[in-house]
Amino acid sequence: MEFLGEVRDYLETNGEAVLESLAQHIWLALLPVAIAFVLSLPLGWTVVRFGWARHPVLTASSIVYTIPSLALLLLLPGLIGTGILDPLNVVIALTLYSLALLVRTTADGLSSVEPQAIQAAVAMGYTPLRRWFAVELPLSLPVVLAGLRVATVANISMVTVSALIGIDSLGQLFTRGFQLGFYTPPIVIGLVLSVLLALTADLMIVLAQRALTPWARVGVSR
Amino acid sequence: MSDGTFSFLLDGANWAPGADDGFPQRILEHLMYTGLAVVIAFVIAFPLGVLIGHTGKATFLAINAGNAGRALPTLGVLMLVVALAGTGLVPATVALVILAIPPILTSTYAGVNSVDPATVDASRGVGMTGFQIAAQVEVPDALPIIAGGLRNATLQVVSTATIAAYVGLGGLGRYLFDGLALRDYPRVVAGAILVAVLAVTLDLLIAALQRGLVSPGVDGRAERGPRTPTRLDELQPNER
Repeated sequence: MEFLGEVRDYLETNGEAVLESLAQHIWLALLPVAIAFVLSLPLGWTVVRFGWARHPVLTASSIVYTIPSLALLLLLPGLIGTGILDPLNVVIALTLYSLALLVRTTADGLSSVEPQAIQAAVAMGYTPLRRWFAVELPLSLPVVLAGLRVATVANISMVTVSALIGIDSLGQLFTRGFQLGFYTPPIVIGLVLSVLLALTADLMIVLAQRALTPWARVGVSR
Repeated sequence: MSDGTFSFLLDGANWAPGADDGFPQRILEHLMYTGLAVVIAFVIAFPLGVLIGHTGKATFLAINAGNAGRALPTLGVLMLVVALAGTGLVPATVALVILAIPPILTSTYAGVNSVDPATVDASRGVGMTGFQIAAQVEVPDALPIIAGGLRNATLQVVSTATIAAYVGLGGLGRYLFDGLALRDYPRVVAGAILVAVLAVTLDLLIAALQRGLVSPGVDGRAERGPRTPTRLDELQPNER
């Protein structure tokens, strides 16, 4: 109980800073997922359509995914000429991680579409572009969105690392706790908010999936 | 990359085996933290995952561990454990173990759970005991997925061990934080390159180990010819 009092005191004096960190955290985590999602669609399509592209693209993804986040955050300024404190580094690093993950799931999702459905669309006179957006993409959504959930949740927790190089996010609460001599209230507040944010984002994607793939729900309830 | 980084990376004095704050010492420290945490996490999570997968009990624990592990910010867990238990090797290792358990637990469960029930029935039919089925059928069949989880866990720990230098641990993260504090960017970049190379090398080593351990009949090499399994393959079972 004493601890909860300390948490309340901390929020009373630093509430605005915490909210600011939360807002910064949200856009730093979600903007990269959004960019990566848009990029993963043509890339995933390329991987499925041209078999030779599969191995190089997926190997490159796997290597990018393996580089520790702090190392990538500190390597990017030298590679692209940004400042060390530029939030752009975080956006680019997280976009790369998300893309590495989403290319694979998007390719898997597109490969999972039944050939009969595609053939039926062809027979009905769909143009290739319309067929892709109206048939292949919607049918691949369960797998594609499963990947999006993983990428979103991973991003929300990974953004905190950028606090170590002085970029504001909920991670600031962790370094704050450290600078205050291992004071736990801000650390716990940061942990709780970050996990809640991840759960909320995950739930929103699940709800979007339910709305976008009504046929899957029918299948389950039968 | 600046010239300073290369001259720092190629400076023989930094590579001298006994040098204080030299590359060999820092790499060894990093490997030691990583190995220690992954081994302890494996000893805890692997039997638990096999047990849950084999008995089909408490599966929610194994499934949610993976999701919860992904949602927990590694930096926050590290700071909290260090704030509660103090700096030093033991608290840092505890934090790393906490972060390495979920991927191993979830993948072991998912692997054992995904073994064809007909195979398990056949094993029971020829008179194998529950332990024999787990040890000789389910685990060998699940190895590709378990190895995927081990790769994820190792990656997580290498990455977080780098961050642990912030709270006073050694390892390659020292170059990053010392370099930032001294505004010595060649040192920072050299450290970041070494960390990235170490992570990718470890990942390739585990992948090679996986190829050595997994039976060719299990991962399809026997029919399809060579194929490199990738860690990301493991992401799908989580979402089932």
